[in-house]
Amino acid sequence: MDLITSSSFFGVAISLSAYMVGLFMQKKFKKGIFNPLLISIILVIGALAVTGIEYESYNISAKYLSYLLTPTTICLAIPLYRRLELLKKNLWAILGGIASGVVTSMGSVFLLSLCFGLDRQMYVTLLPKSITTAIGMGISEELGGIVTITVAVIILTGVLGNIIAQAVLKLAGVTDPVAKGIAIGTASHAIGTSRAMEMGETEGAMSSLSIAVAGMITVLAASLFAGLM
Amino acid sequence: MKYLRQLCIIMLVSFAGEAVRAILPFPIPASIYGLVIMMVLLMTKLLPLSAVEETADFLVGIMPVMFIPAAVGLMGAWGELRPVLLPVAAILVITTVLVMAVTGRITQLLMKMRKGGR
Repeated sequence: MDLITSSSFFGVAISLSAYMVGLFMQKKFKKGIFNPLLISIILVIGALAVTGIEYESYNISAKYLSYLLTPTTICLAIPLYRRLELLKKNLWAILGGIASGVVTSMGSVFLLSLCFGLDRQMYVTLLPKSITTAIGMGISEELGGIVTITVAVIILTGVLGNIIAQAVLKLAGVTDPVAKGIAIGTASHAIGTSRAMEMGETEGAMSSLSIAVAGMITVLAASLFAGLM
Repeated sequence: MKYLRQLCIIMLVSFAGEAVRAILPFPIPASIYGLVIMMVLLMTKLLPLSAVEETADFLVGIMPVMFIPAAVGLMGAWGELRPVLLPVAAILVITTVLVMAVTGRITQLLMKMRKGGR
């Protein structure tokens, strides 16, 4: 047990192993719910809960996976650059689409918060739920939200978007690869984008673009929406 | 050496993003500044695609696993989430589905309008 709680490799090894199991199950069952990311999260949480290993022990090495997120997000510029012509051609449709998504996100959070009788603090905590974690945290903090819940909700939104993207877009009749990517990135930031990347390079590139643009529009518009309650 | 050189450039841009983050007062993370810097470098041809391409594609390809630690870390937020679980879960699911559907439909519509206008 000492070996695991002080291991410099356990966290990464178990995370990657769990993801491999997830990939295998996805290949075997070919259903949207067998999402490798979801499966690996459940497996790792299950393993830690059953064995009683602390998150801190797991994170001694797992943090190096998180560490790669910043350079990798930056690398999303590469597929985007390869689709630059497509972006230029559809620039206004893309910007209009992302802006509509941001307004829908904050507007629906506002209306639903009213429906459920949430207080202002909870409302501003949920407001940045669709954008990338680092920007969302900053907004939540600035508006007086509960940052830990914001982070949880953002991650859950991303994982949910990752799982349901294919089905929702099909049901909504969204067939164009550009529109699909914009929809996924605007609704579920980088975690959704990793799914869009699997659908195709155009979807992935447009989804990457949406992370940055939706994040920035939200920074500008969040205080306006926060003023509603 | 190709991969090392590409990784070196990616890390330099990451550091540049961090530096911009430290200077500007907005709640925007280093990764987004870095993404913009990388895009500008590529668009101005200061940096050819071949200088970063393979390593970038590798990193982007394995991106999902990088979210596992943060998601597993939600274990620790359970205590805070539990009292508000029902409304938060409902809002989470409804808005995510709604935003995805609305954004996709509107983007598609705007693209068609533009094509039709020509």
